[in-house]
Amino acid sequence: MPEAVRIGRRSLVKRAVGQGSPIWRMDGLLFGAMIALSVIGTLLVWSATRTWISNEPTSLAKKHVLNLCVGLVLYAVVAMSNYRWLRTYAPLVYGVALLGLLLVITPLGSTINGHHSWIMLGGGFAVQPAELAKPALIVIMARLLARPGDKKKDRPRAVDVALCAAAAGAAAALVMLQPDLGTTMVILVITGGVIVLAGLRKRWIVLGVLVAAAGAMAVWSLGLMKPYQVARFTALINPASDPRGVGYNSTQSLVAIGSGELFGKGLFRGGQTTGRFVPEQHTDFIFTVAGEEFGFVGTVTVVLLLGVILLRGVKIARSCEDRFAALVAGGIVTWMGFQAMVNVGMTIGIMPITGVPLPFVSYGGTATFANMVSIGILQAIHIRDRSFSS
Amino acid sequence: MKRLRGRLIVLQVLVVALLAVLVVRLWQVQMVQGNRFVAVATETRTREVRVPALRGTILDSSGRPLVINRPSLVVSIDPARFERMPDGGDAVLKRLASILGVQFNALKQRIRPCGPGISRPCWPGSPYTPTPVAEHVSGRVALQILERQEDFPGVTAEVQSVRTYPNGKDGAQMLGYLQPVTKEELEKREGLKAAYSGVDLTGRDGLEAEYDAALRGQAGERKVQVDRMGKTIAVQQQSAAKPGDILITSIDAKVQGIVEKAITDAMRDNPQADSAAGVVLDVKTGRVIAMASRPTYDPAVWTGGIAEKDYQHLLSDKSGKPLVSRVIKGTYAPGSTFKISSVAAMVADGQPLHGTYECPSAYNVEGRAFPNAGGMSLGSISLHTALVKSCDTVFYRAGYEEWLRDGGKKAKSKVKEPMANMARSFGFGRPTGIDLPGESAGLIPNRAWKRDLWTATKDQMCRRAKTGYPEIEDQARAAFSKRLANENCLEGFMLHAYEAANFSIGQGDVQVSPLQLARAYAALVGDGKLRSPRVGWALVRPDGTLVKEIPVPVTGKLPINTETRDYIRKALSEVTSDGTAAGAFAGFPMGVVKIGGKTGTAEVFGKADTSWFASFAPADNPRFVAVVMVSQGGFGASAAAPAVRQIWEGIFGLGKDDNGKAMKAALPDGRPVSRLPVIKADGTVAQ
Repeated sequence: MPEAVRIGRRSLVKRAVGQGSPIWRMDGLLFGAMIALSVIGTLLVWSATRTWISNEPTSLAKKHVLNLCVGLVLYAVVAMSNYRWLRTYAPLVYGVALLGLLLVITPLGSTINGHHSWIMLGGGFAVQPAELAKPALIVIMARLLARPGDKKKDRPRAVDVALCAAAAGAAAALVMLQPDLGTTMVILVITGGVIVLAGLRKRWIVLGVLVAAAGAMAVWSLGLMKPYQVARFTALINPASDPRGVGYNSTQSLVAIGSGELFGKGLFRGGQTTGRFVPEQHTDFIFTVAGEEFGFVGTVTVVLLLGVILLRGVKIARSCEDRFAALVAGGIVTWMGFQAMVNVGMTIGIMPITGVPLPFVSYGGTATFANMVSIGILQAIHIRDRSFSS
Repeated sequence: MKRLRGRLIVLQVLVVALLAVLVVRLWQVQMVQGNRFVAVATETRTREVRVPALRGTILDSSGRPLVINRPSLVVSIDPARFERMPDGGDAVLKRLASILGVQFNALKQRIRPCGPGISRPCWPGSPYTPTPVAEHVSGRVALQILERQEDFPGVTAEVQSVRTYPNGKDGAQMLGYLQPVTKEELEKREGLKAAYSGVDLTGRDGLEAEYDAALRGQAGERKVQVDRMGKTIAVQQQSAAKPGDILITSIDAKVQGIVEKAITDAMRDNPQADSAAGVVLDVKTGRVIAMASRPTYDPAVWTGGIAEKDYQHLLSDKSGKPLVSRVIKGTYAPGSTFKISSVAAMVADGQPLHGTYECPSAYNVEGRAFPNAGGMSLGSISLHTALVKSCDTVFYRAGYEEWLRDGGKKAKSKVKEPMANMARSFGFGRPTGIDLPGESAGLIPNRAWKRDLWTATKDQMCRRAKTGYPEIEDQARAAFSKRLANENCLEGFMLHAYEAANFSIGQGDVQVSPLQLARAYAALVGDGKLRSPRVGWALVRPDGTLVKEIPVPVTGKLPINTETRDYIRKALSEVTSDGTAAGAFAGFPMGVVKIGGKTGTAEVFGKADTSWFASFAPADNPRFVAVVMVSQGGFGASAAAPAVRQIWEGIFGLGKDDNGKAMKAALPDGRPVSRLPVIKADGTVAQ
């Protein structure tokens, strides 16, 4: 593999954008889809929040754009660096993320919109460590499951699987303490996904699925879930059971999306959105704004753009020579794919209501950074680890 | 790496499957079911707000207010929204109770829908419309509610107009009252639905009910776009409310006050009296100038929902049922006031107007002596004197002989019944058709009525005649009742001689309302035409344009000639000077305004007599008829006649007020207002 970044005395700028810069070798489709989603997301955030503060209809949209800009810088830096440092620093990244999660449950953590998942940084900025924990976990697991000595073997060692489970368990437990059921689910799915990708035996997979199912049954029947969490599942089965309570969100998001029909009512012209009938419409339920104002055309566009990102991610993973890189890429795809499924699914009544954002579209700084950095990692892998056989 | 790549392919398949599932489901939601969701969205987002029309005011004949509107800040809740809250809105209601400074339970009771087993306080209106929970709240409280919609979802505060009564209790039963429109009414009046909203009230009695459609106006409609909190974001459509028409009545507020005071005083001076009524009619037009009923109540109790305690009290016997207007709904034996009809019947039946009639102290009807009051015996007298002195025996004889001519007990196939028929011609026994709801017909008993009554009750009577009354413990009473049942079973279909005799002097089964009597006298002393009295005079738009003048229909003509009418009127003109009411009118300046009239003292089984005085003035060219009835008031001359005197003194300004100063005439020159008051374009009354 050629060394992409040569040590020279050229300026950083020239290294960044000049001829031979890794930027010109990045995956254009992946980048384009991310930018397209970000632009759409900005419009949707704008539409969802324009009535919040009178005289300042763009205040949240502007903040979102700022987040995107910061995210893009982070993306560019990560994309141009050698992803291998990730492997080296994986334990550090994981450690920092875990520390963040720990801080959240200490008095340093803050509650915003009923979610105790924030650390205030001052100056109106806050981070959500759980969002950072997702890529951090992927990286540490990929490192554990792709030890140099394992290259010949195609299956992960039991000890590594156990370590992965421990790493994930710690993160999941801390997130659960917030409590944040949605993110916990995402973490568990990422963990399972990466381990399975790493080559876990089918019988173990089956066993794992069975254990997960049994665990879910136990949680359900032993009443370990809070009543509202139970209600969310009940509402999924029958949204009409409680149209003003839990079913309300489900019903209202269906109404908003459904009423968009083919072309939608047009940007800023969605009555359901303007009337704020759907809660959390700039974050978890942003997809409903797309549904109402841009219609079927808009929602399918968003879904397909997400599809482009996921499929490019899979493609990058598949063309990897490096097992670590492939696992990282596969993990990122699993993460974003699952999150997109849960998020879009809950708004159209095929998933329970959980608080996970829609990647690249929802408002939220930390999540945006994490998503863009992750795409940056995919790009870095794409640029530096290609099997030219295909 | 091979296995890893293999599993990545599985991942890729999963991703494609996910995309396919999402796109299919979106197709289903947005393209297949889109229509339905568009409808649901419109429904959740838009609210149709009815803008209630300002209800028309009710004015007297000079444009003085009888019922007007006053703006009031009303807090109401939306029951439908509350129902959908997990706790039924209790949390919101608790917060509301605390800022309104009332008990939570009191609010809770007020908003529950009335129904079987749920008595007031409860909401009698439609359970789907806003329910008012507090009236007359301060602007500060209203603002709190409107600004903190998060804390008060489903609660609104808006300016509504409430009815107010500048003259207090005056004419309460005649004016009527408003109540929230009920669910049943809303359903029944499908076509009128648009005219009603939950905050809309509908007239329940009196003029408010009779002229409801005109007074109500037409509610405006506003289609608004609302947000999740129910806060209006934008108005989509608006049609302005059309305010209700003003009802100008022929009532004179001053005369009304005089009548109210007169019957109040009569009740006070006759402590055993349980109810009373007073009515003044314009003889020339047939319009009502005043009508009052006792016991009465303050119509302000209806404003803002009536409390259970108050409502039960109004309906109870203890309060004397003050909602019932004795003028139109109360029926009583008229006593001697009825003799105008009997005299007319005698003359119409061929007896000489100027003949002489025997007035013994008692007249024997089939072995039973029917005496004059106080055993009065006047020898041979004219009909004139018979009326002035109220000689009963003259009429007993006439009634009895008429009964004999009709066949006595064995009635002819075609009976003449001159007295009953004349009574009907005077308008008794049927509603006058006044523009007020719930009028009583009264009763004129005749042979046909007896037969019908017997047909309806004979089975029971004849059974009782056999079985007796074993449930009555007092043996003597049980035996009497059994005998009575037997008698009724065998002879109940017949009109008995004593009944015919009693009828001639307005006793027995005959029942008339004070209004019926008043209009009969108005016809007699006026032009001989029987009119259907009217309280409403005209409907006028709030900008002053006349909608219509309410005509007074002529419903009949007395079947007697002018000579007979004048004869009777002249006779009655002496009642106050030489007759039964001379005492009550002692010292009255007859030289200024001469008063005519007839006293009536009707016996009521088990109760004190009903006191009547039917009067007209000026006697020579009558312009007004005034009738006062005091139930359990005793002699007509002692309870009712002084009250009528008080009314005439007030109308003509003849007496002295409580401070000893000479009274000003309520109706200058003794004339009722003859021209409609002019309502200016801004709704005020031109002076």
